[in-house]
Amino acid sequence: MSTSVQASTTDSPAVPERELFATMALIRAFETRVAELYRDGEIPGFVHTSLGQEAVAAGVGEALADDDYVATTHRGHGHCLARGMDVDAMMAELFARGAGICHGKGGSMHVADPSHGVLGANAIVGASLPLAVGAGLSSKHLSQGRVAVAFFGEGAVNQGAFHEAVNLAAIWSLPVLLVCENNIYAEFSDSRTLTRVPSVVERCAAYGVDATAVDGNDVAAVYELASAAAARCRAGEGPFLIEAATYRWHGHYEGDPQPYKPDGEEASWRERDPLEVSGKRLAAVGEASAAEQATLREEAGARVEAAIERARSLPAPDLEEAYADVFGD
Amino acid sequence: MSSATEAAAAERRYIDALNEGMATALEEDERVVVMGIDVGAGGGIFRVTKGLYERFGPERVIDTPIAEMGYVGAAVGAAMTGLRPIVEIMFMDFVGVCLDPILNQAAKLRYMTAGALEIPVVFRMQTGAGKAAGAQHSQSLEAWFAHVPGLKVVLPATVADARDLMLAAVRDPNPVVFVENRRLYGSKGDIDADPLPLGKARVARPGEQVTVLTWGQMLRTCLAAAEEGDASLEVIDLRSLAPLDMETILASVRRTGRLLIVHEAIQDFGAGAEIAARVGDQLFDELRTPVRRLGTPTVPMPFSPDLEKALLPTSKAISTAAEALVAEG
Repeated sequence: MSTSVQASTTDSPAVPERELFATMALIRAFETRVAELYRDGEIPGFVHTSLGQEAVAAGVGEALADDDYVATTHRGHGHCLARGMDVDAMMAELFARGAGICHGKGGSMHVADPSHGVLGANAIVGASLPLAVGAGLSSKHLSQGRVAVAFFGEGAVNQGAFHEAVNLAAIWSLPVLLVCENNIYAEFSDSRTLTRVPSVVERCAAYGVDATAVDGNDVAAVYELASAAAARCRAGEGPFLIEAATYRWHGHYEGDPQPYKPDGEEASWRERDPLEVSGKRLAAVGEASAAEQATLREEAGARVEAAIERARSLPAPDLEEAYADVFGD
Repeated sequence: MSSATEAAAAERRYIDALNEGMATALEEDERVVVMGIDVGAGGGIFRVTKGLYERFGPERVIDTPIAEMGYVGAAVGAAMTGLRPIVEIMFMDFVGVCLDPILNQAAKLRYMTAGALEIPVVFRMQTGAGKAAGAQHSQSLEAWFAHVPGLKVVLPATVADARDLMLAAVRDPNPVVFVENRRLYGSKGDIDADPLPLGKARVARPGEQVTVLTWGQMLRTCLAAAEEGDASLEVIDLRSLAPLDMETILASVRRTGRLLIVHEAIQDFGAGAEIAARVGDQLFDELRTPVRRLGTPTVPMPFSPDLEKALLPTSKAISTAAEALVAEG
């Protein structure tokens, strides 16, 4: 469908590129180290990183109000960090510690923090969509004024849950912002071979929902589009879909040998590293020199290292934790 | 007798009691919404929600597309964010297309977030064989849900419970699977002045020789068996599988020394097996005979009313089984 939301309209807020860069740097540092810690056996379970996709999380995260809802995916670290989830509590959760944000009962695939509107990462592909629609329903019916964001990959667009959820958001005209991170791969498979209509924007049009594609490696473009889309949702104009073209540098999960990626593909995407795309602009406009950017990245790295050291020192959950929170009183 | 007491005592149909429970819930809490296919303007395929749409409006009594994955998932998302949805799955058999929101979302998210998310949602589902509805509209799948930690499973068998358990389910902070048997819809009875809480079983008829434990519409068949047969049966209406009121069951079996479990669901791997195992485990020395079960044989429910009738437990089969237990020891 045509774009009814324009990036860079005159009334758009100024792009806080420095903050966006810092958020991306934090996600990059966090996931780079998490991938290593997982490889080294310090983090158990499954880990899925969004390295290379940081601009989508940072751009959308920054465009939202503090209490907006976010439902995300198994690849959700970035979305959580961009929404302000506490780095220490999140890292402790990945380490399966009792002091983790979910008391060691969620892990990488289930980090959640409703106090920041984060309804959780979710290990079921497509599950974020109906949940966000429900959050949008609450927002509308209880006049909460909150936008509900569903993050999902283009792989989820082949799930029935996507189609049912988009249709519901449309017929009920809910404040739901659908953010598709099109990173080309649905787990191991090239998504373009799994549908005759690889454009998610086009598929969305079938439901009468406006949608716009954006360069998912350009954080300023994502931020501007998401800001306009969120404002539109908040104004009661119904759902909107953003299709952010990006690329997953790592495998589906950490440890995936990725035999399915063609030679040179990843390298060409790494040339458009979202941090470098943003960094060039920051330097060009004199907002942050290369040295200042390096400092921002070092600070992010130090923040993550501190969280790792803390997590290492923490104990496993008490056994009673296994039996707690099955039911509420 | 005051007019209010008179109204409470007046005989009504099970279906009206369900409706009354929902109406009271909608009236007392603006966060309560009713959602489902045709529940609104149409009043529900079985007329259970009749009049609610007119009384509470389309914002509170919400018609959905035939898209269970989407709207059941949305109900769960709404429950996480402030609403208290009563969501209808027209036939229990249809959970096959929307199990994820129940199994992986509603049942798990409180636990995985260490209690940070609360999911007060009622999944109303209608079940029951005996109406020539065929193998895809007749199943009693309550054991599936009782097997999943985090779900309460409620099965009202009486008119009083249709109202009282509905209200209790809506007020409960946990996801509740609420199973209605459509053969009960037209049954008549009184409302109790003093409702029994959710989670407590009820001795529906005291007796001496055999404890007959049942739930849902089989209660009527068991009570008929108690009237017709020679043995003295103590009939217990379990009311909920989760929580499971072992205390009431054990107290009865301690006295009678014999237990017959009757359910409409398939006997093999049914909920009766779990209860039999627990009673055997805890009362091995006090049982006069082995615990017996009576359920439907392990075949899909056939369409033919004659075949269907032959498969479902009858009052005759129940009284015969009970008498055999008395003869045995």
